[in-house]
Amino acid sequence: MAEATISFKKAASEALADGELQRALQNVKTGFVAKRAAAKSRLPEFEALRAEARAIKDHTLTHLDLYLEAYESKIVESGGKVHFAPTAADARDIVLGLCHDYGAKLVAKGKSMVSEEIALNAHLQAAGIEVVETDLGEYIVQLKGEAPSHIIAPVIHLNKETVAADFRRAHKGRLTSRRLSDVQDLVAEARSVLREKFLVADVGITGANLLIAETGSSVIVTNEGNGDLTSTLPRTHIVIASIEKIVPTLEDACTILRLLCRSATGQDITTYTTFTTGLRHEGDPDGPTAYHVVLLDNGRSEMLGGTFQDMLRCIRCGACLNHCPVYGAIGGHAYGSVYPGPMGAVLTPALQGLDHVRDLPNASSLCGRCEEVCPMSIPLPSMLRAWRERDFTEGKRSRAERLALKAWAFAAKRPGLYHALAAVGVLLLTRLAGGRGRFTRLAFAKPWTRVRDLPAPEGRTFQQLYAKMQKDRK
Amino acid sequence: MSGSEDARSMVLTRIRGALGITKLDRARRAAVIRRLERHPRSTIPAQALLSSAGCVSQLAEMLTKQAAEVARVATPEDAVHAIASYLSSNNLPPRLRIGADLSLAALPWKAAWDISRVYGRAEPSDKACLSRAIVAAAETGTLFLVSGADNPTTLNFLPEFHMVLVKASDIVGSYEEAWDRLRKIYGERTLPRTVNMISGPSRTADIEQTIVRGAHGPRRLYVLIQG
Repeated sequence: MAEATISFKKAASEALADGELQRALQNVKTGFVAKRAAAKSRLPEFEALRAEARAIKDHTLTHLDLYLEAYESKIVESGGKVHFAPTAADARDIVLGLCHDYGAKLVAKGKSMVSEEIALNAHLQAAGIEVVETDLGEYIVQLKGEAPSHIIAPVIHLNKETVAADFRRAHKGRLTSRRLSDVQDLVAEARSVLREKFLVADVGITGANLLIAETGSSVIVTNEGNGDLTSTLPRTHIVIASIEKIVPTLEDACTILRLLCRSATGQDITTYTTFTTGLRHEGDPDGPTAYHVVLLDNGRSEMLGGTFQDMLRCIRCGACLNHCPVYGAIGGHAYGSVYPGPMGAVLTPALQGLDHVRDLPNASSLCGRCEEVCPMSIPLPSMLRAWRERDFTEGKRSRAERLALKAWAFAAKRPGLYHALAAVGVLLLTRLAGGRGRFTRLAFAKPWTRVRDLPAPEGRTFQQLYAKMQKDRK
Repeated sequence: MSGSEDARSMVLTRIRGALGITKLDRARRAAVIRRLERHPRSTIPAQALLSSAGCVSQLAEMLTKQAAEVARVATPEDAVHAIASYLSSNNLPPRLRIGADLSLAALPWKAAWDISRVYGRAEPSDKACLSRAIVAAAETGTLFLVSGADNPTTLNFLPEFHMVLVKASDIVGSYEEAWDRLRKIYGERTLPRTVNMISGPSRTADIEQTIVRGAHGPRRLYVLIQG
C-alpha cells in the first residue's frame, strides 16, 4: 500500500486552502447525504435490517475459516482456482504471475479498493503490462496519476473543467475542436475510448463487494456496467478480494445489499448487481475461459478476536466519509491513505501499523455521526479512541503533549482540584478579555485564533453557576 | 504449488489462532453447514410483499423511475409489434441480436417480417438486442438475466439499446423469491456463470455527481412485460 504520509496536518492545511477542492467537496453534502436520508426513509425496515446484517457479519467472522473453505470448494467445483495471499506483496505477485501465465499485454480493471490497497497497477506496469482502469472515476484518477479521494466516488474532488483538460491531454488523435463542456460529453468520450480497450484486453480484474460461500460467487455492485464488460469480455477473469468480504448465503447477500446501495449512493439498488461464479460453462457463447480468485489477508486476520474485529464488518459504502465533518472539510487525499475518512482512520493503522499514521486516529472530532450512519453499526469513534490510547501508551507522542495530557489527567481525576483550577482559569480569562466577550489573539491558542475568534468565559464556571442555581431554588 | 498451499494454511491458521480455535470444533462446523443448507431469510421489506398484480405494476413503476422504458403487452403478437415500433421510432435498423431462448424463438416473428434476427453473442457493431429475464423482483424493479446460449451476457452490456422481455408470471416480490426460483432451475448451491440483476440503463454520477445515462452499458433499456 502506498504508505500514509506522516504530514497529515500539512496536507489538511493545504486542502483547506484549495479553492477548487472546497468547491468540489460541496457536492458530497448536497448529493450523498440528502440521497441517503431519502432512501433510508423509503425503507421502514432499515433499522431491522441493520441489526440483522450486523449479526450476519459477526457470525461469519467467528466462522471465517470455515466459510472460506466452503467458498473455495465451490470455486474449485466451478472450474476456478483460489489463491490465498497473506500479504499485499503476495497478492501482487500472484496477479502478475497469472498475467504472465496467460500472456497478458493489456489488463482491463473494474473498480477495486483492494487493488489500490496493494498498489497493483504500478506492479503490473513495471512488468510491462498495460493496465486500464475502466470505472469512469478510476480512469480519470489514473490519467492524473492520482489516488482516488473517496472509496465509492474516486473523483469527488474534481470539477468537470479539470476532467476536460485531462481528456484533451491524454486522448491524442481526436478532433481538437470536439466539445467537452458538459459532463455528458466527457462520459461519451470515456465510453468510446474505453470500449476499444475492453474489446482487446487479455485479462479482466474486478474487485468484489461480497463473496458468497453457498455458491462460490463474487458480487459486484455498479452503475456503469464497466465491471461487467471487464468480467465478460477478456479470456481470463481475476477477482481480487479481501477475506472479510465473505457472507454465507444468497439471502445474507441480499440483506447486506439492501443496506449497501442505500447507504452509499442513496439508490434503492444500483443499476447492476452481478453475481459471477467460475468460468464459462460448456455451450456458453461468452464469458472467460479461466477464472481465479485472489483472497487477501494483509493484516485482517490479526484484527479478529481483538479490539478492531468490528471493523471487519465494513462493507465500504462510504457513508461515514460523506457524513464526517473532517472529511467534508479536507477531502480524501489529505489522509494520505487509500482508505480515508473515519473508516480509513481506523483501518489504515491496523493494516500498516500505527507508526506510519499516528495522526489519523486524531483526525476526528469524535462527533459520532459516522457510527450513527454506519449500516453495519461499527463503533468507529470508540475504535478511534482505542488507537489514541494505544498511541499514547506506546509513548510516541511529543514530550510536551504527553506532559500536558498527564497534567490534565492528574487534575481530572481530582474533581475538587479540577473545579478550583477551572474557576481560577475562567476568572483570569474573563479579566483578560476585558468585557469584549471574545479573543482575537491569545497566547498558546494561535492555531485557533488565526482563523476565528475564541469566545471568552464570562466570570464563572458551569459548576459554580449550577451550584448557585440549586441554592437559589431552595 | 507448495508455496500456494503454504499461503493457504498460513492464512487459515492465523484466522483460527486469532479466533482462539485450538481443535476441530464440531459445533462450529455444524453451524456453518446448517446455514448453507437452510439459507435462512432475514426481514423481507414490506415493499416486496405484494400480490401478483401488485408485483407487475410495481416492477413497471420502479423500472420507470430508474430511467427504463416499460411497455405492458397482452399477447406475443403485441410484443413483436412493440419491438418493431421501438426499433423504427428510434431510427434503428430492423436488425436484432438475440440468443437461443425458446420463449423468444416462439414469438410470432412473422408479424414483423422485416426484422432480421442475428443469433449468438453480441458483437461491437450490434445496435439493438433482445433478452429474456428468467425472473424479476418487483421490490426494486430488478430483472434477473442469466448467462448461457439462451441469453448471452454480452447482450446485456454491448449494444446501445437493450430490450428485455419478462413474463408477468415470472415477476415475484423479493430477491429471495427470485433466488428460490433459480434454485429450482439450477439446483441448490449452483448458479450459472453470471447472474445480472439489472434495474435500469447504464449510468454514472462520477463527475460532479451529475447523472448521465449510457456510461459503458446500454444507454436505453426497454422492458416488455408480457401477459
